[in-house]
Amino acid sequence: MENTKKFADTAQYIVISMGDEQFGIDIKYIDNIVKMQHITRVPNVASYIKGVINLRGEVLPVMSLRLKMGLEEDVTTKNTRIIILRLEQYGMIGIIVDEVKEVLTLEESCIEKVANDSKEEKEGFVFAVGKCEDGLVSLLDLNVVAFEKE
Amino acid sequence: MDVSQYLEIFIDETKEHLQSLNTQILELEQNPENMDTINEVFRAAHSLKGMAGTMGYKRMQNLTHDMENVFSEVRNGHIKVNASMIDCLFQCLDALDDYLNKIQESGDEGTNENEMLIKDLNAMLNGSAGKVEDKKTETKAAEAVTDSSKEKWKDISLGEAEKHVMSEAAKQGKNIIGLTVYVQESCILKAARAFLVFKALEDLGEIIVSNPSAQDIEDEKFDKDFSIIMVADCDAKKAIAAAGYVSEIQEVVGSVMTPPVYEETVEEVKEENVQAEAVQAAQDAPTAKKAAPSTTAAEKKGKPVVNRTVRVDIEKLDVLMNLVSELIIAKNSLVSATNAEGAVNVGVNEHIEYLESVTTNLHESVMKVRMVPIESVVNKFPRMIRDLQKKLGKKMELYMSGEETELDRTVVDEIGDPLMHLLRNSADHGLESAAVRKERGKPEVGSIFLNAYQEGNNVVIEVRDDGNGIDVDAVRRKAIERGTITEEQAESMSEKEIIDLLFLPSFSTAKQVSDVSGRGVGLDVVRSKIESLSGEVEVKSKLGVGSTWIIRLPLTLAIIQALMVVVGGEKYAISLGSIQTIEDISPSDIKFVQSKEVITLRGNVIPLVRLNKVLGIESTKKEDENLIAVIVKKGDKQAGLIIDELMGQQEIVIKSLGKYINKSKEISGATILGDGEVALILDTNALL
Repeated sequence: MENTKKFADTAQYIVISMGDEQFGIDIKYIDNIVKMQHITRVPNVASYIKGVINLRGEVLPVMSLRLKMGLEEDVTTKNTRIIILRLEQYGMIGIIVDEVKEVLTLEESCIEKVANDSKEEKEGFVFAVGKCEDGLVSLLDLNVVAFEKE
Repeated sequence: MDVSQYLEIFIDETKEHLQSLNTQILELEQNPENMDTINEVFRAAHSLKGMAGTMGYKRMQNLTHDMENVFSEVRNGHIKVNASMIDCLFQCLDALDDYLNKIQESGDEGTNENEMLIKDLNAMLNGSAGKVEDKKTETKAAEAVTDSSKEKWKDISLGEAEKHVMSEAAKQGKNIIGLTVYVQESCILKAARAFLVFKALEDLGEIIVSNPSAQDIEDEKFDKDFSIIMVADCDAKKAIAAAGYVSEIQEVVGSVMTPPVYEETVEEVKEENVQAEAVQAAQDAPTAKKAAPSTTAAEKKGKPVVNRTVRVDIEKLDVLMNLVSELIIAKNSLVSATNAEGAVNVGVNEHIEYLESVTTNLHESVMKVRMVPIESVVNKFPRMIRDLQKKLGKKMELYMSGEETELDRTVVDEIGDPLMHLLRNSADHGLESAAVRKERGKPEVGSIFLNAYQEGNNVVIEVRDDGNGIDVDAVRRKAIERGTITEEQAESMSEKEIIDLLFLPSFSTAKQVSDVSGRGVGLDVVRSKIESLSGEVEVKSKLGVGSTWIIRLPLTLAIIQALMVVVGGEKYAISLGSIQTIEDISPSDIKFVQSKEVITLRGNVIPLVRLNKVLGIESTKKEDENLIAVIVKKGDKQAGLIIDELMGQQEIVIKSLGKYINKSKEISGATILGDGEVALILDTNALL
């Protein structure tokens, strides 16, 4: 553990791009990032759940972050990735993102919490904004992302 | 006499004996002087011979007989074990394995006589030894003949008809031979032995009468001996030898007898004789020859009926039995608790909880019954490594541990090939040649380890070698060369990702394609096989030090038989247990009841469920095309599920869809198909 640079006041985020916005996902929730693959559709579930995939023998649900956030349908490109999240409450879930950009180390001081009183659907997913050299990164609250809408 | 019922036991036991021979001969190669091993080998060969004989597999019996002779000479210290002998014995084992495979497939041992092997074996006996044995049996037979009190065949009372046949035969210059066969006291399948004696004798001539009757012998209604009178072209010795060749026959006594006097009183009868004879023959045939047609029947029956069996430890079954009785008790108390008036809810929950715990345990026990040690698979590997060693000209040693680790039977059956691939891979690509090893300061003899152990809910099987390890740079170069990845990609890929490329189809780094491996059909097969078993493969490798292949398999699998169907281009599985029939129906057969589609099938009105509508997808079938309906049943409710296409039956492993998707009530789970794709399992109960 000595050689991994880990300080109490920094956190690492995977930066993804969705449309023209950049989002950050806390690296500690990420199990894996895989390329887009065949997704088996599951009938009669919420539209943002795209189906299930086989990840090394495990059947995992995959959802579209775009549809969940109320953006337009995904267009699969060669950059499209499925990020496999491991969440305490929901187990493993895959989320489809447009592109995975980089790993970003943010210091506590660069993270600014946002107030979640906005009524706009998209805003609830973001709990903070990180400031880095390339601009702003909206940090996703994964429990909200995964939360099932009725 | 039908031997087909013993076929399964025969196949199982033969496999065991072959395996034990393989192991023991390997052992013998290491310690040629070990008496215990030699005895063990001898015993296995002997049982094998006996079993093959019982089942009437002559060629197999001949080969094992000669092998047994060799072992016997070794045991007596007349010949020494040497390398060429071991090689020859291994070839014999392979030949026996071939026989067994043929028997398993078709119920017949095939026609390969393996004369070369038998010749080799006999050459080993250097001539003299074999003759001694022949003489022994001859003298034994001679002795037996003199003992007249044993010749029980003389007591057989002959009817007129038999006498007539005998005298006719005598006229034609045939011998009439009386035989009494003594079966060993320890013999279990007396009827089977007797049948084989009959069969052997029928090759020589015609059996006229037997005591007890053929029917009684077949029903095992005889003590230790039975007597036969037959007509044959050969002499008594040959008949005695033929009968005595059947194993577990203690002794055969017999001699040529003089034909009894048949009084042909009236001359005119002679003309009728021709006719009478024909009738006679017809009458004889069903009694004495009865055995013959039943063999062919047995062989035919034996063809595809070899079921896969699981040998179960009796203790496990006892646990299972106890649980079942507890289950019945729990059920009974539940019934009485609910029946007790005025006390409707008292105690019910308690009993239900008890019932639950019992059924859970029961389920676990049943799962355990399906578990078998991986021993049966890995035991063949030492032999394989030995052969590879010769073929590749490298020195190597296989160390195994954890053979007792248990896995589901289906997994154990499937895991053999992937493991073999990995071992071959290690032997061929992994280990360096002796010269290189020496240069690198490693021991000349390479080591391959096969370790199996349980880890939580997984069983881990490791294949490790102390060879060269994976040359990541070589793999990277090769990948670029083949166009699998671009140079930029190669730059950014981690070592692990590069190694993962090895699992891609048709990717081999071996500079030379050898007979053993290197054709690039190995690792991707390994991976897909393991993944189809819901397991995973991982590689750890260090250049110059060696590599470790780690296979992780889930301990328990829920496996069901399912019918795979296609609806609107998507694959679904329907549990076979709920399916009654599959019907082809024309659109004009569909009627409407309360504006719902139904069909009448054998007097039942069955509602139709258009699966494409339920699943929200377009059917690929046209309106006017015939429909395929899978009739499913739950209790007394039935429904016809309309599908687009049938794919076939398959044993599938049930996977949960996870906590996240639980709202889809038509789907009870998912399974991973052979190609890695996920198919959903339809919950037919929810569709009714």
